[in-house]
Amino acid sequence: MRACVVAIRRLAPIVVVACAACSGRMPALDPSGPQAARIATWWWIAFWVSVVVLALVLAFLLHTLARRRIAAAPASATHDPRVERRLVIGVSAAVGLSAVTLLVLLVSSIATGRALHDFGGADPLTVQVTGRQWWWDVEYWDPVPSQRVRTANEIHIPVGRPVLVKTRSSDVIHSFWVPGLHGKKDNIPGHGSSLVLQADRAGTFAGRCAEFCGVQHAHMQLLVIAEPPEVFEAWLQGQRTSAKAPTEGPARRGFEVFMSGPCALCHTVLGTPAGGRTGPDLTHLASRRTLAAGTVPNTPGHLAGWIIDPQGVKPGAQMPANSFDADDLSALLAFLGGLS
Amino acid sequence: MPVRRVGAPTTGEAAREALDRAALARAWATPPGWLGWLTSANHKSVALRYIVTAFGFFALGGVLAALMRLQLAHPESRLIGPDLYNQIFTMHGSTMMFLFAVPVMEAMGIYLVPLMIGTRNVAFPRMNNFGYWIYLAGGLMLWTSFVLNIGPDTGWFAYVPLSGPAYAPGKRVDIWAQLITFTEVAALVAAVEIVVTTLKMRCPGMSLNRMPLLVWAMLITAFMVIFAMPAIMAASTMLAMDRLVDTHFFNPAEGGDALLWQHLFWFFGHPEVYIIFIPATGFVSMIVSTFARRQIFGYPAMVLALIATGFLGFSLWVHHMFATGLPMLGESFFTAASMMIAIPSGLQVFCWLATLRGGRVVVRAPLLFALGFIALFVLGGLTGVMLAAVPFDLQAHDTYFVVAHFHYVLIGGALFPLLGAILFWLPKMCGRLPNERLGRWSFWVLFVGFNVTFFPMHLLGLGGMPRRVYTYATDAGFATGNAAASVGAVILTAGVLLFAANIAWTLRRGAPAGDNPWGGETLEWATSSPPPIYNFAYLPTVDGQAPLWSPHERPVVTGLRTDVREILITDAIDATPDHRQRLDGASIWPLLTAMAGTAGIVTALFTPWGVTIGALLLLVTLTGWFWPRAGHDHAEQAP
Amino acid sequence: MSRQVLDVSALPTIAYGPRATIWWGVLGLIAIEGTVLAIVGVAYLYLRQNFVAWPPEGTPLPALGAATADLAVLLASLVPMAAIDWLSRRERRRLVAIGLGVMVLFGLASLGLRALQFAAALGCRWDSHAYGSVVWTLLGMHAAHVLTSTFENALLMAVLLIGPVERKDFVDAHVNAFYWYFIVAIWVPTYALVYLAPRWL
Repeated sequence: MRACVVAIRRLAPIVVVACAACSGRMPALDPSGPQAARIATWWWIAFWVSVVVLALVLAFLLHTLARRRIAAAPASATHDPRVERRLVIGVSAAVGLSAVTLLVLLVSSIATGRALHDFGGADPLTVQVTGRQWWWDVEYWDPVPSQRVRTANEIHIPVGRPVLVKTRSSDVIHSFWVPGLHGKKDNIPGHGSSLVLQADRAGTFAGRCAEFCGVQHAHMQLLVIAEPPEVFEAWLQGQRTSAKAPTEGPARRGFEVFMSGPCALCHTVLGTPAGGRTGPDLTHLASRRTLAAGTVPNTPGHLAGWIIDPQGVKPGAQMPANSFDADDLSALLAFLGGLS
Repeated sequence: MPVRRVGAPTTGEAAREALDRAALARAWATPPGWLGWLTSANHKSVALRYIVTAFGFFALGGVLAALMRLQLAHPESRLIGPDLYNQIFTMHGSTMMFLFAVPVMEAMGIYLVPLMIGTRNVAFPRMNNFGYWIYLAGGLMLWTSFVLNIGPDTGWFAYVPLSGPAYAPGKRVDIWAQLITFTEVAALVAAVEIVVTTLKMRCPGMSLNRMPLLVWAMLITAFMVIFAMPAIMAASTMLAMDRLVDTHFFNPAEGGDALLWQHLFWFFGHPEVYIIFIPATGFVSMIVSTFARRQIFGYPAMVLALIATGFLGFSLWVHHMFATGLPMLGESFFTAASMMIAIPSGLQVFCWLATLRGGRVVVRAPLLFALGFIALFVLGGLTGVMLAAVPFDLQAHDTYFVVAHFHYVLIGGALFPLLGAILFWLPKMCGRLPNERLGRWSFWVLFVGFNVTFFPMHLLGLGGMPRRVYTYATDAGFATGNAAASVGAVILTAGVLLFAANIAWTLRRGAPAGDNPWGGETLEWATSSPPPIYNFAYLPTVDGQAPLWSPHERPVVTGLRTDVREILITDAIDATPDHRQRLDGASIWPLLTAMAGTAGIVTALFTPWGVTIGALLLLVTLTGWFWPRAGHDHAEQAP
Repeated sequence: MSRQVLDVSALPTIAYGPRATIWWGVLGLIAIEGTVLAIVGVAYLYLRQNFVAWPPEGTPLPALGAATADLAVLLASLVPMAAIDWLSRRERRRLVAIGLGVMVLFGLASLGLRALQFAAALGCRWDSHAYGSVVWTLLGMHAAHVLTSTFENALLMAVLLIGPVERKDFVDAHVNAFYWYFIVAIWVPTYALVYLAPRWL
């Protein structure tokens, strides 16, 4: 009776896993690119092997307990040689099987690792991602410097083309992780590393920092948006164009507020004199979906809140609080809203 | 060595023994009252206070865990802010690893090993006392800092540069670094005690191949401590120096290296978890053999498995660094080693299963904990094999999948055996039997609560939830798993309370246990419960692995002086008697030395002169420690 | 019913070398300290890969004079230490005390030469760069061992001179010698790593 209860308790989690996996809420197991797919394949092998091993061990244990003889025989230091021989064979077989199984898992994992390293031969798109407390500084590399694009917390990639992500850090260790596409790679100051990922279908893939990096590690998200190649090229071209300083209306007033306030000390808006590099590049701020590294959606209301009271949104963030009166603030929002 | 037959009458022998016991009680006595408590050289008293203190830290660490589960139970909860949360998870990990897990395992060794090998004390009784005080000082320093809101907040492994001078201002990380100093000195002291005691003080006839498996486990663990702790000693000192006197070990701008920290830390950190796990396997072996009413199947294989695990444990550390971008060939080696270590561990599991199969199992609460361990450790070991593979590790590293894995192997693989061991040896320690029903209930509640708490974390990790986040977005998809885990934490807490209730009940109302309530086979069951301060009236001799199950009576050792603290030293390999040695008794100097060391270390938080101050104070106390005391009963005077 | 006994009363009460527990305790200490120094040595080699020049630009090669003299002093000190080891087994109180006094002088000489190395030979400070940090640490750790062992020799000399003297004090002198052998032995690779290796790496 007790054995049945224990058995059910052990099987239930496995059923849960199966259900949850089917629901697609686990991006690591619902891969959208070849790298993540290879990893998931290997894991499913390891998973089923583990289920079998655990089931066998538990079944043996429960069976042994179920058939125990409640004989009040005194303990003895001598044993029946026939029983001993069977036990020797059993343990040896179990160890042998374990070794073979582990060898299979080892070889298959090395093969998977090698396959992951071999991707990215064909002309990858190169993106350098520098982790900073607590946002992602993204730069699209190009041999022609004026063609490079700098953005933040959002990476667009073309479907079907390998992307070489170079991971760097300018302060502490971060870790770049987009589970739907690949495993993670650390951003380590003083060391450069990289990984190659690829999306095989269009979609938006959530990423996050995966190495504890301080007080707002929990709010250091990024989005990888995979688009058909033409759509991506159009986006990239748009990102390459500088902003134009507005000449009239509330946006003009907002631009003046931006330049006369502390904003330009940290932020760059190409096409204007603002050239600060401490904070994210804002040239195309309005084209991004989120603010503060995925902490809040990019809407005027949230943007206002972020500007006036960043500590309320993300306590510990490096963005200082700013006080603008209502008119200046709405003008600023108009200016920033035009940076698409 | 003459083996004499003493004269026939029991009355004469009994009277002689009573006289000897009275003399031994006087010779080995601890001074009464507070002074005795501070100066004790009795391994059992020191070990028991170590165990109680360690469980006190376990409770504190558990409260921290409960706070974390409370905060994470709902998305975007504002219960605990990021700064406090970061202190909490750092304190939880540091407390559990440095102030609970390693000390409690070593303390169980300090208590049990002398009894199991048939001697009266550990090899260096005063150093043992010192080890406890320095451990306590470290724990008090850490928790005082937390109460003052300057607790360390960069995680229990404090990666640089986050923990370096540029990004972790103030004294928080310095306190963490010095906690390491305190606890690693205490751990090394206990390790040297266990090695020397085990190798040189075993009773005659207890050759290495007749040592109980728990003694083997403790011996191997002690060797691991000796070779692993230096790495973190070096690393924490380098970090403290980077922060205090501007060295550049980890500063990339001056040629230092952030990865150097990781290599040094994990070269210690991986053996650390085996230091916690291997004693637990020793507990399981003793419990399983007693309740299966037969010796563990495959003793030589078990010993080799322990030794192999001990060695292999040092070759795995890079598997904590697979995401840092190391060369592929190196990664493959560490994958292979990390998977290979499953073989000796698996061998142990198969031997326990074979023991149960070939024995006549009697189920009691301690055995339930051992059985629960088997289930949970196998599961945790399997997820460990998954994590050993670099490709999958790149997905699961630093996520809740890893949190699930290591709690399965640490709680399932170490805490469950420890709780079983407490129930198993509690009668020996206090002379009373625990409540069997409470024991079984506490096991089941703990088992269910543990699984409900930690199993969902596998799914959370695969779902993308990283470690060490104080909150998560409502639309992240982590709400259900976290809610389940938090409910599990409530059940787990109930289980812990039930277990504690059992201990409390036992101490007040438990039935008298007698010498050997479970019918065990090793020497600790051959003396009274609790044992007299001198352990055995006459040291035993053995000729097999299960002395209490052997059908014939064995000679006992006579000829040791009973008017002074005299023990028998034997040969390291085959335990033939070699010489008699006088041990030191109670002394205040270990406490004073610990205080001197504490003063130095705490001052060093603020100024490097702390090292000098500490050194000068230690000069004084060590002189006091080693200076011969006139008139005090000591070894023979030289001509 | 009679009980068999194993009578150990004829066994000695003093033992030297691996027969003695204190020897094993010191062996444990040697294992620990040796491992720490080895780890710092590995850190030295690890950090080397972050530099183009070693020592870094602007720092001279470490001067050999004081360090080689230190090596000579330590190697020479093995002679009186071996003598103490031999004499202590024979419980020669006065000679052992004199020998320990000689050892204190050797220890102070080594420490003086070490101070010279810090002041002049290394050519950089601990906070100059990672190279400076690791070489100061290597030399500093070893110096700490020389200092504590010299103190122990002085303490034991005082005990032997002032008394009361126990037989175990001679075992202590013997294991002090054991630890001193380790300190000298570990200076050889430390010296080679800090002073000779940069000329080849």
